[in-house]
Amino acid sequence: MEFRIPKDIDLTQQASWCPGCGHGIICHVIAEAAKELGVSDRIVTVDDVACGQFAQYALKYNSIMGAHGRVVVTAAGVKRARPDALVIARPGDGSAYSIGIESTLYCGLRNENILNIVVNNSVFGMTGGQMSPTSLVGMKTATSPKGRDPKKNGTPVDISKLMTGTDMAYLARCAVNSPANIEKTKQCIKKALQKQMNGEGYCLVEILSMCPTNWGLSPEAACDYIKDTQSVAFPLGEFIDREGGIK
Amino acid sequence: MAKELIKGNQAFAEACLRAGCRFFSGYPITPQSDILEYLCWRMEEVGGECVQTESELAGINMVFGAASAGARALTTTSGPGFSLKQEGISYLCASDVPAVIADVMRIGAGLGDIFMGQGDYWQLTRGGGHGDYRTIVLAPASCQEMADHGYMAFDLAEKYRHPVIVASDANIGQMMESVELPEMTEHDIDKYDWAIRPRQEGEKQRVIWNRFWDIGEQQYPDYLRAKYAEMEANEQRWESVQTEDAEIVIVAYGISSRVAKSAIIRARREGIKLGMIRPITLWPYPRKAFDELGPQVKAFLDIEMNILGQMVDDVKLATDNRLPVEFYGEYWNVIDENKIISKVKDMLKRY
Repeated sequence: MEFRIPKDIDLTQQASWCPGCGHGIICHVIAEAAKELGVSDRIVTVDDVACGQFAQYALKYNSIMGAHGRVVVTAAGVKRARPDALVIARPGDGSAYSIGIESTLYCGLRNENILNIVVNNSVFGMTGGQMSPTSLVGMKTATSPKGRDPKKNGTPVDISKLMTGTDMAYLARCAVNSPANIEKTKQCIKKALQKQMNGEGYCLVEILSMCPTNWGLSPEAACDYIKDTQSVAFPLGEFIDREGGIK
Repeated sequence: MAKELIKGNQAFAEACLRAGCRFFSGYPITPQSDILEYLCWRMEEVGGECVQTESELAGINMVFGAASAGARALTTTSGPGFSLKQEGISYLCASDVPAVIADVMRIGAGLGDIFMGQGDYWQLTRGGGHGDYRTIVLAPASCQEMADHGYMAFDLAEKYRHPVIVASDANIGQMMESVELPEMTEHDIDKYDWAIRPRQEGEKQRVIWNRFWDIGEQQYPDYLRAKYAEMEANEQRWESVQTEDAEIVIVAYGISSRVAKSAIIRARREGIKLGMIRPITLWPYPRKAFDELGPQVKAFLDIEMNILGQMVDDVKLATDNRLPVEFYGEYWNVIDENKIISKVKDMLKRY
């Protein structure tokens, strides 16, 4: 890991994330991955509304703010119009797995040649910490005050199980709660971008990310929550890794 | 160029390709589906992208991506699907992204039915989604105009960095007429400096988002009002039919105007001074056409294929409510020429 600010990080604008939020780290990781691959001048991002959208201030890439839940399919539109661009969609878990689940799945079924980086903090962050598709069983949120009850709220979405029936190129789950995990996240993003360059198709990298504000935890305790709880429910790893050009 | 016999929907689709449209994403819905079907084989021939999407939402939002990237992008739908596209159209407007949307109208709220109708006027002309916006709305009345409007829509959209809607109906979309199609052209996706492409070292960052973040929230209202005022000043389009001496003026667009034209010919044979204003743009509404009318006009007859008379208010606004506006609407059926004439005769007795 390099302790220098990557050139694709924009320091002239303010991205107003809370202390201890994972979003800033994820932007840093994307910028490092792009630098190491030498592809800074090939990237376009499509950002979701809400917390993730601040990345448009943090990163220097040309970008689009898509509609909530639609960023992955908007990214597919960009890629089809500009096949030489490396297109990254950046939804949160609420966007990708709840209101936008149809396009998350269908981009896999069509094997759209894009990278979908899903920031999973197990809550709807910007709106005040409501239950999201990945809120854990028993997790207390603004809309599950007694804890998530599967009988009432259904079970959490584990994307690694949902996507296994598709021909998508790559699916991994990472986390940004420790230096080692951050490094692994970067390797997964680099691998996915390389696959996009190879024309292999749809890559989804889910990143478990801290939300101290809505979890009611200190930044340090939020990192531990990922280690001890969130990543137990959602194990880290690579779940799909197909090689060879499909498109 | 030689004319060819072609369906309205296909004339529209082909003309869009010839305008340089190389991206389509959409979902099957009657009576729009032949546009999707046509493009599913024809787009490949011209080297473009055609995607049958998982939903109407995906259709409009994929267009949002392709259009933001600078492509001439199209999605098409009908009634219920048009409702689903509204959020995306709102985003296109908020982000100043040009794209073309077609609504091949049918009848009724909810499912309504697939029959010919003009059920979406309110939604088309008021901005059917959330926030302050409207779009230019073109209303073709023939297969030739399906081609002409499809071709023109992309230029208009780019002129104003704004989506343009082509609003036809089941009749115009499904019938066949001889059409002179425009020349094939190619569009340069790097033509505009706002189009999203990978940023090169040293280049200014390009971002598509709420335009008021670029312009400033204090300046944005003036910017937006000026943009709409410019469209209203420049883009009103209409056809006036024998309005010079008309005592009763029909106001009708699309297929209804075709029937009204026949009624005018018959009425004139009987000595009835009947004319028509046919709005070609539903927004901006052609107020100028009403300003040109002489003092002999006694009343207006709005004719549409819907139940509640969705355009009546616009006729009243265009005339500052100075003259009576009556409504003849059909639901399920096409407008009846005989009913127009008896309605006009009845009006002449009263006004």
